[in-house]
Amino acid sequence: MKQKIAIMEGSHAVAEAVKYCRPQVIAAYPITPQTHIVEALAEMVANCELDCEYITVESEFSALSACLGASAAGSRTYSATTSQGLALMFEVCFNVAGMRLPIVMTIANRALGAPLSIWNDQQDSISLRDSGWMQVYAEDNQEATDLHYLAYRVSENHKVLLPSFVCFDGFILSHTYEPVEMLSQEQVDSYLPAFKPFQRLDAADPISFGMYATPDYYLEFRYETDQAMKRAGKVFGEAGREFGELFGRDYSAPVEGYHLDDADTALVAMGSICGTVKDAIDEMRAAGEKVGLLKIRCFRPFPSEEVRKALSGVSRVAVLDKNISLGAKGAVALEVKDALYGSQIPVLDYIIGLGGRDVRKKDIATVVSLARAGKGDLFYGLRTELI
Amino acid sequence: MPLNVGCSARPGKARANRTGSWRVFKPRFLSEKCTKCGMCRTVCPEGCVSEDEGGMFLADYEYCKGCGLCAEECPAEGILMELEEK
Repeated sequence: MKQKIAIMEGSHAVAEAVKYCRPQVIAAYPITPQTHIVEALAEMVANCELDCEYITVESEFSALSACLGASAAGSRTYSATTSQGLALMFEVCFNVAGMRLPIVMTIANRALGAPLSIWNDQQDSISLRDSGWMQVYAEDNQEATDLHYLAYRVSENHKVLLPSFVCFDGFILSHTYEPVEMLSQEQVDSYLPAFKPFQRLDAADPISFGMYATPDYYLEFRYETDQAMKRAGKVFGEAGREFGELFGRDYSAPVEGYHLDDADTALVAMGSICGTVKDAIDEMRAAGEKVGLLKIRCFRPFPSEEVRKALSGVSRVAVLDKNISLGAKGAVALEVKDALYGSQIPVLDYIIGLGGRDVRKKDIATVVSLARAGKGDLFYGLRTELI
Repeated sequence: MPLNVGCSARPGKARANRTGSWRVFKPRFLSEKCTKCGMCRTVCPEGCVSEDEGGMFLADYEYCKGCGLCAEECPAEGILMELEEK
């Protein structure tokens, strides 16, 4: 289907996509590098281009709390944040998921302090991996915009009813101008129907959300939320396939292989770094190296089965983690290792690009040679003169 | 009773939480000391003390948390808190 192509800043492309999703309530607090998204949305509301209640709040805790209330009252709601802002939402994130409220929130991924850093890595959203929010990661701004339509579709599905993070790398994507094929309002309307709440706050028919559960009940609530997360994988696949049929970009797969078929060495990565990895692979392939990439689009629910299948033919796996679970490994490597348990395929972890450290094609090539030499489970590119 | 999505509840559903399991000390109501003043029912934060047909007061142990307020406030010192045996 025909779509207009515009050269847009990533944040503005996301804001326009969110506008087409027709959120009824937005509550957000500005924080670098998310600011341009919520600024643009505030302007759309002020200019009557978007019919929406925009709640200005004094903190991220309040922002997500306002969204929680609005969602419970039956509104499609939206917020966006990053880093320290997401950390301040920690408690509310668990409440939103436990109350099964399908809020969609953009995360412009950024490092967490201390030390203070406004630059990109993925520690912020990864640190909320156990909260019950779905997490998808965009490679470029096209994917970042499209994933918002999908996120609302999947979150609001009554088989799922879980909130979503749409993650895209701060600055690297949020502040970069790229061509983006923008759907029209009519196209989005045809894909994303109006929000039908499963249940809602109503003074005429009172109900409370997230009531306390004694030890006789709590375990079962966590089980049911986990089951919903598992169902979300299938619903995401269906929603992604339908998106592909309608608009030509297929998001049915939670992972995507690039030159994996005959690869002996597979890199695994999430987010914008995948673009760099693909360019590096093109160069390595030209030099005769059998290298491939497994891009992880959906981190929660984690597609273990698909990962195992995609990596079954390789001799070694090198995971690029833009996060570190201090005292253990990178979160993605731990998941990949778990998926490949029993297969004898070595999984090597590379903590890379933390706090905005640039990752270039030559770094990817170096990681591949380290992996070939069996050297891994390390911080890549450490400036040893500083330690 | 199956779980409600999002742990939602309609008014009155807190009764499903039988808080009696929290109890460490259990109040024993001594009928020989009771003056039927009803103070124990008045102060019970759980609202689980009620009057029987003979005008005596008793706690519903399905809900009594064993907080001991009734024993503390009883003017006749007619309620003993005893270690729960389970």
